[in-house]
This record gives sequence, C-alpha cells and structure tokens, in this order.
Amino acid sequence: MTEETNHNLTNLLSERFGEKIKSVDEPYGLLTIETTKDVIISVLKFLKEDSQTAFNFLTDITAVHYPEKRALAVVYHLYNMVGRVRIRVKVFLHEQQPDIPTATTLWNGANWMERETYDLFGVKFEGHPDLRRILNMDELNVHPMLKQYPLEDPNRVDKKDEYFGR
Amino acid sequence: MSDIKIVDAPAGIEGSGFFATSFDKVIGLARSHSLWPLPFATSCCGIEFMATMGSHYDFGRFGSERLSFSPRQADLLMVMGTIAKKMSPVLKQVYLQMAEPRWVMAVGACASSGGIFDTYSVLQGIDEIIPVDVYVPGCPPRPEAILDGFGKIQELVRNESGRRRDSPEYKEMLASYGIL
Repeated sequence: MTEETNHNLTNLLSERFGEKIKSVDEPYGLLTIETTKDVIISVLKFLKEDSQTAFNFLTDITAVHYPEKRALAVVYHLYNMVGRVRIRVKVFLHEQQPDIPTATTLWNGANWMERETYDLFGVKFEGHPDLRRILNMDELNVHPMLKQYPLEDPNRVDKKDEYFGR
Repeated sequence: MSDIKIVDAPAGIEGSGFFATSFDKVIGLARSHSLWPLPFATSCCGIEFMATMGSHYDFGRFGSERLSFSPRQADLLMVMGTIAKKMSPVLKQVYLQMAEPRWVMAVGACASSGGIFDTYSVLQGIDEIIPVDVYVPGCPPRPEAILDGFGKIQELVRNESGRRRDSPEYKEMLASYGIL
C-alpha cells in the first residue's frame, strides 16, 4: 500500500509541478521530494489543500547543513492524518543566501518551528511575523548548528589533555 | 524518650552568673543552625534535594526546615541542576536579590562544571557568573552527599568572621564577578 500511495503522490506532484520537483526518493518507505524555493509554498499549499493529498498536519520544519556542498537544506515533514501517510519535502539553499518564504501563511504552527530553524541554522524565513531566537540566549552571535562552529563550550577547563597525562 | 542534642557552647570564659565569648562565635553558631536555603532546582539534582527534604533524610534536623522561596529572605542559594546560558541572568538576579551574608552551594556535576553538557548552550559551572562556597560532586549526588555539603556550609558559617563581608578581598572577589 505504501508503494502505491507514494507512486500516486509522485505522479500527482510531477503532473502539477513538472520539472520543479527535482529528485524523488523513498528511504525506508518515506517519500522524499526535493523542490526549489520559488515554488515551495505552492507545493506545500497543494499538498495541504488538494483532496487527493490532504497533508493537513505540519509535523516539523528543520534544516541540515552540508558544508562540502556549501548548502543548507530546509526540510518539511508533513502528515496526512486521515490516510496515515507521511511525506518529506526538501529545499536546498546556498549557504551564503539562506532565505526562503515562510510557511506561516499555511500553518500557524510553522511560527515556532521557523524560529527554531532560524535560531540554530540562520535560515531567514521571509514574511515571518516574528523571526527572532527562540531557544538560545539573545546575546549568542552565531547559529550554532552550522558546522563551522564547535559543539563544545570554549570555557570548559576540566577536559584539557594535561589533566589526563596526554 | 528521644535523645535531644544541643550544640556545645562556643569557647569562652565562664564564671558564676556570667559567660563571656565573642560576637563572631555566638552569631556564627546561631546562623549555622538556622540557615534558610533557597532551592534553585532545575533538574535531577533537584529531585535528590526533594528526597533530602523528605522525612527519611529530614533536612530540617539541621535548622533548615524552612525553605525560602524568596531570595530576599534566604541565606543559602542551593543551585541544583543544569544551568543553560539563557537561564544565567535569572540565576544572577536571584543571587543579587539575596541579602548579605549569603552563601552558595553548587550541587551536582552540572552546576559545578557543566557536567556531561559540554555544549554551546550550557553554562560550564555556575562559578562563571556567581561565587560558590561549596561544590557537591555527583551526578546526581545522593542525599547524604547533599547533607555533607550542607555540613561544610555550616562549618563556613560558624567560623566566618563578622567583618569578612566588609573586607577588601571580599569586595574584590565580588567585583571580579561584576557585582557591586
């Protein structure tokens, strides 16, 4: 049933958006599509409102940093509560220009998810009503999940090699 | 019959109808057995503290029956748990609202050094923002360890000179934390 549903969804999307739906993959049966930032809102709107897709629930918005590709991928997870179907939508952005239209126009719940993605990855969601940090302290001047920043706190003193005879 | 124990009198000169000793000793003795702690509990060490307050370990035996949930009436700030950097201005404000003399106890690995949370969002020990008198190790420490740490605080309180808080060293130490 999953294969069939995914196949139908892929057909529906490519019929509607054609070349704008770039790659389609199904890792562990989870349909994953890639699209571009100029059509992302129409893709999400279609997935949410079309009676055949009906992904009414936005599970999460997050991002992934690929320093070797100099890219940031914004990832949307959607869920169709009636048909119990999930889909993952990815948009690749350039590291230096991480801006994408906001999804708060479709789901109010996107507000905090986008603030979190902005806080940790620095993705600018254009049109977001209140885009400021949500988890980290306001004084933090970096977006800590970008891979150029170390995970550890530089003030930590008890883990220096000299304490372990190294 | 329960065996009621009363603390020994401090060293002094005793005679018929009088007893003479120094203010420091009397005040220290009184204070050490009537500390009002402010529990600043953010995670699992706070749960151990609740066990410490419970009937089995009975923190109240040491004169700390009354927890103060207002910093303005508290003598001892007990910081128990991970302090995120976003929380640090709150903790500092709580410390600033306490009146002198005030003591601080860092309970558990996180409050003492950041513990396992060696990460950008967690304060690597509360001594980065406020002075600490006693550190209790453990992850989390058992109630016995918290009581032992409290005993160390009592010892400090008992032996503190009445003029310590006016000394230039103390003021310099506070200034190094940006207080005053």
